[in-house]
Formats: sequence, C-alpha cells, structure tokens
Amino acid sequence: MTFRADITIMPHRALLDPQGKAVTKSMGNIGLPGIENVRIGKHIQLDVNAETKEEAEKQVKTACDKLLANPIMEVCEFSISELETA
Amino acid sequence: MKIGVIIFPGSNCDRDMMYALENVMGHEVVELWHKDADLQNVEMVVLPGGFSYGDYLRSGAIARFSPIMQSVIEFANTGGLVLGVCNGFQVLCEAGLLPGVLLHNNSHTFICKNVFISPANHASAINSGLKPKAYKIPIAHGEGRYFISDEDLKKIEDNNQVIFRYCNENGEINEAANPNGSLNNIAGVCNEGKNVFGMMPHPERAADENLGNTDGQDIFIAFFEALKLTV
Repeated sequence: MTFRADITIMPHRALLDPQGKAVTKSMGNIGLPGIENVRIGKHIQLDVNAETKEEAEKQVKTACDKLLANPIMEVCEFSISELETA
Repeated sequence: MKIGVIIFPGSNCDRDMMYALENVMGHEVVELWHKDADLQNVEMVVLPGGFSYGDYLRSGAIARFSPIMQSVIEFANTGGLVLGVCNGFQVLCEAGLLPGVLLHNNSHTFICKNVFISPANHASAINSGLKPKAYKIPIAHGEGRYFISDEDLKKIEDNNQVIFRYCNENGEINEAANPNGSLNNIAGVCNEGKNVFGMMPHPERAADENLGNTDGQDIFIAFFEALKLTV
C-alpha cells in the first residue's frame, strides 16, 4: 500500500529564529500589528510503500530522525494517511 | 604528510585548500571524490568549504551520507585526523563527529569579511602552538552560528573542546566581535579525542603572502608542528 506523509519541521521554541523575527516586524507594514511570534519551518511531503500504517509510520520516523530533521535544533511532527487508489 | 581533500558536489573551496596544503605547506595532497569509499591511505582528511548539495535541507545534511563519509567516520573513530572548514565543519557536525550544530547567522545574512579569532586554549594540536593573540582570518558563511544544548556546552567547555573564539583585533572576546551569534563566540571545536577539528573561518584563504595575509599559514604551521610531536 502507499501512504502519504505530511511532515512539519520547526526550529526549537527556545531558539532565536531571525527569519521569523524579520517577518514578524513586517506585519506592521501590511497593517497587521496584532500578529506576533512568527516562526518559520519546513513542510515536507513524501510517499511511503508499506504493508501497514504502523510500518509506514516507522519508516517516516526513521527518515525524520536520520535525515529530515536535526534534533539539536528542530522538532519534527508528521501525520500519515492512506493514498487513495484510482 | 599525505592529506586527502574531499570533494562533494557543490564543494568550492577544495582547490584553495589543496593549494594551501600542497604548494604552501609542502604536503602530498590527493583528491577524495565523495562517491569513493577509498581514503587512499591518507594520514589526514580535510573537508573543505562550499555548498555541498546546495545546502539543501540543512547545510551538510546530505553530504554526511556520501559513501566517503562512512570511511571518514571509521577513520575518525580509530583516531584518524580530520579537519573540516566551513561547510566541512557543518558536515562533521551533521555526521556526529563533532558536537553541536551550525544555524543561520543571527543577522540572517551571508557574511563575507575578515574577522579575528583567538585560540580558546592550548589543549589540542590545532591551537597548542599558537600565540594567545588575535589571528585575522576571513569568514564567508550564511550558517555559522554555533549552537549546542546547555548541558553539552558545559561539557565541551570543561573538556577544552572549543578551539577558537571570535574576538576583536585586541583579542577581546565580546558580542561586538561575534559575527554570527555563536554561543560563547565559538568559531571552532574539536571532538573528545581531539583528533577531529572543525572551524568556520577559512585559514586556507590567509595562507599565502600574495593574498596579503598569512595568519592562516601561521595556524597551519603550528598545527602540523604539533602533530609531528605526537607521532
């Protein structure tokens, strides 16, 4: 079966995010001074072939732990859904 | 010494590094292609600067899984000498051969200029022979902010694993002298075994009198002298 994973990788809350800080400051320029604390991360989508959803989750977790995120600076979360076959 | 300089797709400081090590320092230098697992019996491996894999995902994150890196990891774990400069430092951190990680500069800009670094101590071969003064070495990076957990920061500081700190031309270590927000002005670190070294500044760009700055050459000279003493 084929599953689709949606993965979100964000910088640790405690880390200074200069990109997010710059964007927060720009909110005033577009008339939205009420928006604060912008933090910017990554969204990754991938497909995984597995017999079960549990197996798919295991593969995605390994991918996150080994390559997609660096735990010293990032937090990684994902959700998995079965891809509908036509 | 026989030294291997690794070339990843996107490495661009390999030529400068090879020139400094071979033409200036007089060592035998070979190119190590990232897809080859063979280290060609070198006595030191150098990972040069550049943008391996376009800095995609995270700087050094993809290069760390190149076939050559498996050999470098085994080599390092048996005490082999490894030096990573700039992107090379990033690859070594991603590979777990050096502690910590390099984040985007806190200015979120690419910084290309001369800075000053001073030896943090004289505890390893790369700084044991250096004078306690400011060395002028160029940096050129977008992701040079050294970061590590509080717990591990204490460990590496207590263990003298910090090798260089950013300072001003008088050797003073302060915020104004820190170009990128690195914790404790850390410009370079080594591993526990003190055989793997990483630094963000480029000594190979200050190693030839034709460039008007030989402070990098002084660092290389002291490094190789200290290594002779350990043989």
